[in-house]
Amino acid sequence: MAVIITFLQNAIRQGICILFGANGEILTEKSGNLNLGVPGMMYMGGIAGLAAAFMYERSTQTPNPVVGFLLVLVAALLAGGLGGLIYSVLTISLRANQNVSGLALTTFGVGVGNFFGGSLSKLAGGVGQISTAVTANAFRAKLPLLPKIPVVGDVLFGYGLLTYLSIAVSIVLSWFLNCSRQGLCLRAVGENPATADAAGINVSLYKYLASVIGGAICGLGGLYFVMEYSGGTWTNNGFGDRGWLAVALVIFARWRPLNAIWGSLLFGALYILYLYIPGLGRSTQEIFKMLPYVVTIIVLILISLRKKKEDQPPESLGLHYFREDR
Amino acid sequence: MLLILYGFEYKWGDCRVKDGNAIELRNISKRFGKVVANDHINLSVRYGEILAILGENGSGKTTLMNMISGIYFPDEGQIFVHGEEVTIRSPKDAFPLGIGMIHQHFKLVDVLTAAENIVLGLPGPMRLDIDAVSARIRELAAKYGFDIDPNKKIYEMSVSQKQTVEIMKMLYRGANILILDEPTAVLTPQETEALFAVLRNMRDAGNAIIIITHKLNEVLELSDRVAVLRKGKYVGSVQTAEATVESLTEMMVGSKVTLDIDRLEPIDEPQVRLVMKDVTCVDPEGIITLNHASFTAYGGEILGIAGVAGSGQKELLESIAGLTPKESGEIEYYPPNQPMQVISKFSAVEISRLGIKLSFVPEDRLGMGLVGAMDMTDNMMIRSYRKGGFFWADRRAPKTLAEHIIGALEIVTPGVSTPVGKLSGGNVQKVLVGREIASAPTVLMVAYPVRGLDINSAYTIYSLLNVQKMRGVAVLYVGEDLDVLLALCDRILVLCGGRVTGIVDARTATKEQIGLMMTSSGKEGER
Repeated sequence: MAVIITFLQNAIRQGICILFGANGEILTEKSGNLNLGVPGMMYMGGIAGLAAAFMYERSTQTPNPVVGFLLVLVAALLAGGLGGLIYSVLTISLRANQNVSGLALTTFGVGVGNFFGGSLSKLAGGVGQISTAVTANAFRAKLPLLPKIPVVGDVLFGYGLLTYLSIAVSIVLSWFLNCSRQGLCLRAVGENPATADAAGINVSLYKYLASVIGGAICGLGGLYFVMEYSGGTWTNNGFGDRGWLAVALVIFARWRPLNAIWGSLLFGALYILYLYIPGLGRSTQEIFKMLPYVVTIIVLILISLRKKKEDQPPESLGLHYFREDR
Repeated sequence: MLLILYGFEYKWGDCRVKDGNAIELRNISKRFGKVVANDHINLSVRYGEILAILGENGSGKTTLMNMISGIYFPDEGQIFVHGEEVTIRSPKDAFPLGIGMIHQHFKLVDVLTAAENIVLGLPGPMRLDIDAVSARIRELAAKYGFDIDPNKKIYEMSVSQKQTVEIMKMLYRGANILILDEPTAVLTPQETEALFAVLRNMRDAGNAIIIITHKLNEVLELSDRVAVLRKGKYVGSVQTAEATVESLTEMMVGSKVTLDIDRLEPIDEPQVRLVMKDVTCVDPEGIITLNHASFTAYGGEILGIAGVAGSGQKELLESIAGLTPKESGEIEYYPPNQPMQVISKFSAVEISRLGIKLSFVPEDRLGMGLVGAMDMTDNMMIRSYRKGGFFWADRRAPKTLAEHIIGALEIVTPGVSTPVGKLSGGNVQKVLVGREIASAPTVLMVAYPVRGLDINSAYTIYSLLNVQKMRGVAVLYVGEDLDVLLALCDRILVLCGGRVTGIVDARTATKEQIGLMMTSSGKEGER
């Protein structure tokens, strides 16, 4: 029983990072932008948050957890949004290829993360010496009382604020896409920009906003990993392939934020499953680490076979829109 | 913050005035490069009136309407909407004036429902009350006699249902001047009837309706007044009650223009080369595109194919070339001095090997037939790459051929290695036709080979076709200019709505005769 509870908790901790990335990418893709820079934007968000926390705690004798929390949150949002903005300028204004731009953003973001991660370590006096205890503890702070509920308490409420924020983001995003006027416009932009344009919708503005805000949400995924999951330290390339899992989760969730919630739990569980299977060697572990991708491929095959229009990616995903011949 | 940024909006007009001129155009002109699409056109439409705009392909009907709906901007002239001069720079300017245009290609998002498409882009509170929208749609539908399900997804709809959504989109936005571009082209007769009933209701409710068409029977059935355009010029307008099929045809095609195109007399007695028997084609949407077509083509003659755009010309040629699947019917091929072969079941490659060449020149010349980024040699190789070793392609022969074509057809190009996309339209056309001719065809099919060409290039193409004719080739020429067809061809086959409505001798036929056959079959769009 205890093992199952730990397994569930760890699965959730793995999943939240992916859930942020997937939500950001769903918002971006709904505008027709296929941004493969998710890992990069996560790195950018993570390192920006960590740097903000580090600088803040160095600059004052008595760091305030609330100030630190907000400062770090804003830094991560801005850095992730900056990633989305770079991508938007390249693909929307300059009409660069979306796949290439996204992959370049990933390389760039990972590089930025590792570079500044190394710099911070040096400032702190050596690898693993970065200490942002106050802020990290603010992120790890659990809700009062609720975790004390027997059995379910710790599984449901034993996490920091970002965990609940990720689920809130999914719910708000789902409402926005399905029930709001602007969400309808955004979907139209991603499906058929020419039609949206003819209906008087500012296609470029929607694409920019969706990509930048999507990038900011991805940045929170990086922040979650650095602050809540790792407790405010940095290891180069410590992120693993969580960014790509987020991209896979978008497909798995069939572009629906609510599906992404339980999808992230599943992905998180599959991601750490190898730790709970006895007798695995170094090589056999890797087979288990592949499982999330195997599941994604199966989902891809299934939705291709069913050919249901609603399950397909936005029709103009990956394409540019020129008004040109209006 | 985000919501404010997203809440971008504009206003729709609601100025319903039920008398006087809805739209008046004065001296409107529009040029595309050297081509004058509209030449000083004066036109008006009143509220409570259905105006039909009649004209052949390329007469400038759609261009004119696009200027009213804001897609193009006129080079000169004035537009008055309800007596006031207006400047319409984009569709966004046209909406508040109450102008709505329904294009031939629908602008709808497939995965959204009818209601979502209709409300798309309209301002309002952030929470979208789709039930209220649906209720309003049902109310409008009841008022005008539409049949529409607001909750149905677009991709589940038939063509006519999609059209209904488009019309409803305009009405929902408060449009009272409605422009429909060939709305019946995709409809069955029953659907056409239903549409006409709706349009009449809308007219009776005081809306102004403009319908672009080239179908005379529909003009006579539906409209109150007809305005005729010919080659970008306004010919005149008549009350429908005073018009007849003959008078409209005459206005539409105009008097015969004498062209200095040679029509060589065949040397030998023409021999049967190709016989099409009762061929029917159905497109993936289930619409009959070619309806029991039969004809015979002879070697040593040019058979012209006339018809308004989309009457089955493409399917006719492609079914011969083996590119379009045939529902039924047979095609027989009589090679010179050899026994007849039935080619209907052959693949495109086998048909091409027999010497039946299709040089299809679609609107986008480079889209089909040539690869713009490749040079002439490589484009020649598209047809010859199967020759040569089993792995290494033969590049020398195509290069010689390319050089030969440049010389023979006087193609202006820096050399064989220049990408064909860099050449001018006329030269690209010559490359395309030259390549097909070089393979010594026995049947040569060309579609719109002079579209967009200047006079000199066009005459070069005509003489190329004449040379082929004198070689004993059966030439099939799909063209749109009746004067050219009458001057160049030996016989003219006329298509209307996928049916062969007749084959006439080009030496004796008149434009009116062909114009009538092109437009008034009244059986278009059968399924």
